[in-house]
Amino acid sequence: MATDTIRPAARPSPWRNPAIRGVVFQVLFVAAVVGLGWFLVHNTIVNLRRQNIASGFGFLDREAAFGIGESLIAYSPADTYARAFLVGLLNTLYVAGLGIVLATILGAVMGIARLSSNWLIRKLAQIYVETFRNIPLLLQLFFWWGLLRETAPAPRQAWQLLPDVFVSNRGIAFPVPSPDPAHGWMALAFCVGVVATIGMFRWARQRQVRTGQQFPTGWVGLGLIVGLPLAVFFAGGAPLVLDRPELKGFNFAGGHAVSPEFAALLLGLVIYTGTFIAEIVRAGILAVSWGQTEAAMAIGLKPGQRMRLIVLPQALRVIIPPLTSQYLSLAKNSSLAVAIGYPDLVSIANTTINQTGQAVEGITMIMAVYLTISLIISALMNIYNRVVALVER
Amino acid sequence: MTIKHWVGALAAICVGFASAAQAGPTLDKVKQAGQISCGVPTGLAGFAAPDSQGHWAGFDVDVCRALSAAIFGAADKVKYVPLTAQQRFTALQSGEVDLLSNNTTDTLQRDTALGLNFAPVVFYDGQGFMVPKKLSVKSAKELNGATICVQPGTTTELNLADYFRANKMDFKPVVIEKRDEALNAFFSGRCDVFTSDSSALNADRLSQAPNPDDYVILPERISKEPLAPVVRHGDEEWNDIVRWVVYALIEAEEKGITQKNVDDMAKSDDPNIKRMLGVTPGMGKALGLDEKWAYNEIKLVGNYGEIFDRTLGKDTELKFERGLNNLWTRGGLLYAMPIR
Repeated sequence: MATDTIRPAARPSPWRNPAIRGVVFQVLFVAAVVGLGWFLVHNTIVNLRRQNIASGFGFLDREAAFGIGESLIAYSPADTYARAFLVGLLNTLYVAGLGIVLATILGAVMGIARLSSNWLIRKLAQIYVETFRNIPLLLQLFFWWGLLRETAPAPRQAWQLLPDVFVSNRGIAFPVPSPDPAHGWMALAFCVGVVATIGMFRWARQRQVRTGQQFPTGWVGLGLIVGLPLAVFFAGGAPLVLDRPELKGFNFAGGHAVSPEFAALLLGLVIYTGTFIAEIVRAGILAVSWGQTEAAMAIGLKPGQRMRLIVLPQALRVIIPPLTSQYLSLAKNSSLAVAIGYPDLVSIANTTINQTGQAVEGITMIMAVYLTISLIISALMNIYNRVVALVER
Repeated sequence: MTIKHWVGALAAICVGFASAAQAGPTLDKVKQAGQISCGVPTGLAGFAAPDSQGHWAGFDVDVCRALSAAIFGAADKVKYVPLTAQQRFTALQSGEVDLLSNNTTDTLQRDTALGLNFAPVVFYDGQGFMVPKKLSVKSAKELNGATICVQPGTTTELNLADYFRANKMDFKPVVIEKRDEALNAFFSGRCDVFTSDSSALNADRLSQAPNPDDYVILPERISKEPLAPVVRHGDEEWNDIVRWVVYALIEAEEKGITQKNVDDMAKSDDPNIKRMLGVTPGMGKALGLDEKWAYNEIKLVGNYGEIFDRTLGKDTELKFERGLNNLWTRGGLLYAMPIR
């Protein structure tokens, strides 16, 4: 009888072990990435030194010495590069922030209009979406800018739309109230109104759950938000002195003016991004099954209520994630401003790079700013997404 | 085996990068490529613009052609890279172009912090203002509150701010990168004023304005704009070549050597001319070029005066006066160092 001994299997080489192999590959990969990064940085530093190009962020404290066309804060050529950079950053945030709000409104309206039962409204919305979605944004910006520039008259022949509102190829000049201490109190009253409205909504909701009685939240909310500041305004003696635009020399002085560059950029961004948002909204609404609408009809909700109470809350879950991407691209697309002369961050950073020669630092700052803006938008939208997401019970 | 391959590949990548990063002397690179990469303006009548057949022509272009003639014995071994004011320095620093012939003002900051070297000045200019006639402005001092179109990344942008600050006036800049777009904005009335080097303003007025007579250039010159070709700091050999190619153009005019008579002049007894044209050898060798370098320049492109007349001066619609851009012997500022 032959004895069958089971030979112990030869130990596999460590190279055959998937766990070890995985670790080795990962270590190698990280080493390669770090090595490449180190090499790029080292190479840049060596080359900059060899060509005698200045480096470091010391230039930020130096005098910028160039002018900037529009600024939300006080700025003169005697200010530093850091301040010029801040002016550009604020201009970018201003146009991107306003753009996001307006594009959302336009997109939502157009998205809903595309599903309208009215043929004309549906087709008009479709034409809007199909046209503006398929033309490059830069081209649209040049179009709007050219249109505003070419059609509007010179300041001395400006069109007067309303008393003290002038449209010329320098932009739209309109009066603004001169500052008054009562305005601060009005702002406070507005905030109080908003908080009170939110509280009132909660109370009305609980009451409806408890008793079934409805409360005219809309009207009362409007009264609180608009009425409170108005009451303060009149209580303060209605202090309203308008700072009116007046033609002085070459241009309008006083009041506030929206430049053609800003208007063209905002129009372009809103109209372009609005098309994508419209499609996202339409897709989100279509994703809610028809049965939900039928059920809402069955319990007798009006069309507006159906949309607001049944369809939209469910559609938002589908809408929010792609909407975030649109907000991100709107913020980044605002850098096309440089082509039509709106002094955004990129435009000012470009000038700075050119005057100081410090391209590496300048580009680093641009990248850091856009990265930060994008991450903030993304974080806020993620929080909102968590709020509207389906809560499983 | 796999690891070896990985390491090998990684090493190869690093070595490849390292050698690419250490750009050798520019002359070797140019000779190897068989052409000079020359950064010119994106379109400026008289200085650099494609002609009706699509060939680049103009004053800046001829500087590149003279360099090509000196190095290759042929004027057309040039790749023209149109660059805006903002792009040009980065393109030069990164080695994308070998020199800029781009209406670039020589300043301390650029010479030092930007890591550049300037060749001799080829055009003396000054910044001016162009306004529509119907504004009936007579002097730059009346421009308080004006909206001004300007190109970014230029000394123009800084001089403008300086001038208005010095005169306690306000202005609103509209900063547009591409010259064509900036000019369009000005001609359509978006700005009251367009500002640039006065020679370029004049060229723009004549070549781009819907009706040149509707626009005037104000008398003030608010800055000195010595325009010169630019090379990277750190390649002295290349710097020398560009420098002496420019001097040779000026020297040739001073000695009366022209495209037509250069062959006769080569038979001259003047030792200076013989040295310059390579009849007496030595100059070319010192520069690392053919002894015929200056001869080829003049034969193929012409002397400074010929280039000026052909591109900007009396033979063109621009009709620029020589003014400061005349030989020192005729009351101008052009003065070539001795070629010996």
